[in-house]
Amino acid sequence: MSMEFLLASAIGTLTAAGVYMTLRARTFPVIIGLALLSYAVNLFLFAMGRLVVDKPPIIHPLATTYTDPLPQALVLTAIVISFGMTALIVVLALRSFLETGSDNVAMREMNEGANIESRGGEASR
Amino acid sequence: MKLALITLLPFLGAVFPVFSIRSGRNACASLAGAFTLAALVLLLTEVPAVYRGEVPAWSVEWLAPVGLRFSFFVDGLGLFFAALILGIGLLIILYARFYLDRRDPMGVFYTYLLLFQGAMVGIALSNNILMMLVFWELTSLSSFLLIGYWRHLPEARQGARMALAVTGGGGLCLIAGMLILGQIAGSYELTEILARGEIIKASPLYGPALVLILLGAFTKSAQFPFHFWLPHAMAAPTPVSAYLHSATMVKAGVFLLARLWPALAGTDMWFLTVTSAGLVTMIVGAWIAIFKDDLKALLAFSTVSHLGLMVMLLGFGTPMAAIACAFHILNHATFKAPLFMSAGIVDHEAHTRDIRRLGGLMTLMPITATLALVAAASMAGIPLLNGFLSKEMMLEEASHTAYAGTAWLVPALATLGALLSVAYSARFAIRTFLGPVRDDYPHHPHDPPFGMWLPVAVLVVPVVAIGLLPAIAEPVVIRTATAIVGGPLPEFHLALWHGLTPALFMSLVAIAGGAALFAAFDAANSLRLSLPRPEAKRLFDRTIGALVLASRRFIDASHAGSLQAYAGATIVAVVTVGLVAFFDAPHGAGERVPMAVNLPAVIAWAVLLGAALAIVLRHADRLLTLVLTSVIGLIVSLAFLQFSAPDLALTQISVEVVTTILLLLALNLLPKETVLEKGLGVHLRDGAIALVAGLGIAGIAYAVMTRDFTTISDFHIAQSKPGGGGTNVVNVTLVDFRGFDTFGEIIVLGIAALTIFALLDNALRGAAARRLDAMRQGEEGKDAHPLILVVATRVLLPLALTVAAYIFLRGHNQPGGGFIAGLIVAIAYIMQYIASGYTFAADRARVDAQAMIGAGIIVAGLTGIGAWLFGAPFLTSTFGYVHLPVVGEFELASAMGFDTGVFLTVVGAVMLSLAQISRVEQRAEREPVPEGPMDIKLKPEEMPLPVPAATEGAGE
Repeated sequence: MSMEFLLASAIGTLTAAGVYMTLRARTFPVIIGLALLSYAVNLFLFAMGRLVVDKPPIIHPLATTYTDPLPQALVLTAIVISFGMTALIVVLALRSFLETGSDNVAMREMNEGANIESRGGEASR
Repeated sequence: MKLALITLLPFLGAVFPVFSIRSGRNACASLAGAFTLAALVLLLTEVPAVYRGEVPAWSVEWLAPVGLRFSFFVDGLGLFFAALILGIGLLIILYARFYLDRRDPMGVFYTYLLLFQGAMVGIALSNNILMMLVFWELTSLSSFLLIGYWRHLPEARQGARMALAVTGGGGLCLIAGMLILGQIAGSYELTEILARGEIIKASPLYGPALVLILLGAFTKSAQFPFHFWLPHAMAAPTPVSAYLHSATMVKAGVFLLARLWPALAGTDMWFLTVTSAGLVTMIVGAWIAIFKDDLKALLAFSTVSHLGLMVMLLGFGTPMAAIACAFHILNHATFKAPLFMSAGIVDHEAHTRDIRRLGGLMTLMPITATLALVAAASMAGIPLLNGFLSKEMMLEEASHTAYAGTAWLVPALATLGALLSVAYSARFAIRTFLGPVRDDYPHHPHDPPFGMWLPVAVLVVPVVAIGLLPAIAEPVVIRTATAIVGGPLPEFHLALWHGLTPALFMSLVAIAGGAALFAAFDAANSLRLSLPRPEAKRLFDRTIGALVLASRRFIDASHAGSLQAYAGATIVAVVTVGLVAFFDAPHGAGERVPMAVNLPAVIAWAVLLGAALAIVLRHADRLLTLVLTSVIGLIVSLAFLQFSAPDLALTQISVEVVTTILLLLALNLLPKETVLEKGLGVHLRDGAIALVAGLGIAGIAYAVMTRDFTTISDFHIAQSKPGGGGTNVVNVTLVDFRGFDTFGEIIVLGIAALTIFALLDNALRGAAARRLDAMRQGEEGKDAHPLILVVATRVLLPLALTVAAYIFLRGHNQPGGGFIAGLIVAIAYIMQYIASGYTFAADRARVDAQAMIGAGIIVAGLTGIGAWLFGAPFLTSTFGYVHLPVVGEFELASAMGFDTGVFLTVVGAVMLSLAQISRVEQRAEREPVPEGPMDIKLKPEEMPLPVPAATEGAGE
């Protein structure tokens, strides 16, 4: 076993769990699935700079080599953007649940829910 | 520069009419006219140079890698066309001022018209065929708007749609053809393509290129079998018909053939396709025109016929035919535009343009009638008018053109075409204007205002002048034809009398025969009615209908409305592609020395695997899933820390906190349990997909990590301190080397936050609000705002802010920076919401989160723009050393300003998202608001009043 193996298998596990959860029929598991996929993707991108210990990319007179800073910079923004994406789909899921009363990700059921609601809305008006 | 300005002036002018219409119709029309006039005058200043034989050109690089240049040139042909477009455009603007009704939105009309005009001028003056294609598509689009101008009329909408479908479809073919042409010639510059005709004609790709280009040209110029859209486009207002469908747009196809003549013409394939299409169009168009009762439809088909004539002449491929074509383009524009305008005047005055209800207008509107009769006679090819001259040149050329080995075929058919055109011209002129005055016009006609017949008169002058003194048109024709041919012309003279040539006899036959046909109209009409008449519109509609039906079926079948189906298909597709690549290439571990494991790493790994597995198995319990997800997030940040990425570890852990709070908030409103899908099969299937995907990614990651690599990062490391002024290479990369990326990122983040705001802002009404109200029965702890939490978070707030400031300031040199500092500040504030409640925190928020996002992006943008002041590109950073008395010397980088922008945007985005969810949440809070310490009671009046949420609910 090597560190490389540990990280690779962790990335693979996160991907598999993420894919499985993304394929569920309710919004919350899908959100969790996407979050897991984000972890996997970020780690994967990060791993493209190879694994290096104790050589952070911070210029220091005593340091001779550094790890690759570029994947890190890319992943840093990716983490923040993943947050933005997660927040957006969470709110989408929330709003659609509040509107339709269902957290199913299939369109047909949601439409039926919406129809019932809109009829109710007209009645109350 | 001047050439670009000529093209851009109409586009600039297009901005104004919609606004200037408020100052009245005259102001609106004058302004539109002024821009056109300015462009025309500028164009005419190029005349001396062009007539000296020069070719003024101007260009700048645009997208050099794809061969796109912003490149213009003007030679005889371009000048002739551009002048035609702008000159007639000017007259049309005048005419339309009086033609359009008070109820018609005139500003919009002139805007469309100027857009179209600019696009046409662009086609005429483009030196780069890619740019020409852009203008070409613009003419299709703007003509769509113009044809559909009377959008309340179904015919107008249908006609516009048909025109767009046909010319737009042809435009797509043209794009393909032009790209091939550019590939063959090795350049997209027209001047270079035209010089490489021999290479092009010898290329094996010549055939496909020619066919595609001809499809573009034929659809635009309404050549058979694409002629059917033009008559339907007559639903447009008459100024549009006169402009687009007589003088300019339909001639774009002819122009294109003329323009590319040196590059494409002269082969057998060219001769056969172009000549045949032109010949058939000329005869079919003329034949249909004879029997049309609508004046505009008659003229439309006559235009189709004349376009066929021009195309046929270009198809002949001889310089003399090119001369005849150039001359006929000029003549046709001068007689056809007045005829359209006269038809419009008749319609305007008599309220009908049905030929069967007209007649005798000569007496009632003598000015219009005289002008129209002259123009119609020219169209018929009566001597002493310009139409006669070019038609005779056409007949002359036809008389010695052999087609497929038969010498008589082309001359005979050309004479037939001329004969038919005499017949429809006679019907147009005589049935409308001559004969007895009637008393049953829908409206009593008389001559229109001066402004309406003046444009007609202006154009009829050259009809007569050129007809009498052909020599005055000679310089124009020579220049234009020279440009078409791209070389020296044979000796020729435009003259009335060429002697007893075959063409003269053909002319005489045509005139006599046409007159006879006109006399025998009824007999001819019954002959026509006995022939099968394929209705092009019905065929077109049926084709479109079938296509729509097919695509609807396809959409219904493929668009199941199930996220599971889409996600499944996407993932399976990606995995399949990955698998194919996997088996196609060598794989396995590389030679890089593996890194030894340590115990903490193994433990963390085991926890991560266990958490992931537990999520999959126990995801029915949502809270547990969420907790396990956070565990994974923590381990991921530890992994970053382990492998020399302190910045990432800091970012990950702060994002983790924010995300968990966010999901907790959402989960409070969502169902707490996930209903699992029934059936083991579904789970096994998804599990199999997931397993393959996971194994694949793990395999790739392992294969990559065990191999050595080269990187471009040496540059970043070397330049970080001297170039970027910071020692934290990751931060310098974010704010300096790849600052533009980061700028984009924060904009995306801001947009996401604003979208969240929009999604939830109106969630407190309607169905969502009722559902929120219904939720107010959840169990809740007695102490919603525990005192310890309240006190602790308030004490922590200044500390957290100090830490954030520290992290921010050191970010350029040590782990930290705007992203992380922003997240920390956001968390500190969110903690206040959690501890003390939404109302408490929102009341005390001094800064608007939306304003913060905006300010952040503006600050970052301004820092970038600041570089312009020093003549450097956007986002170039600089730094210097500042000496302060107490602090000592420290470094100040302009990137700090940029990082401030990042910081503000992150704080704003996170705050906006979370606060907005809390606001919705509050709606569902149980009533009444708990008595507990919402706030520490310092003074009695600071006690929060019970929020009147109950009354809000009752109001719904």
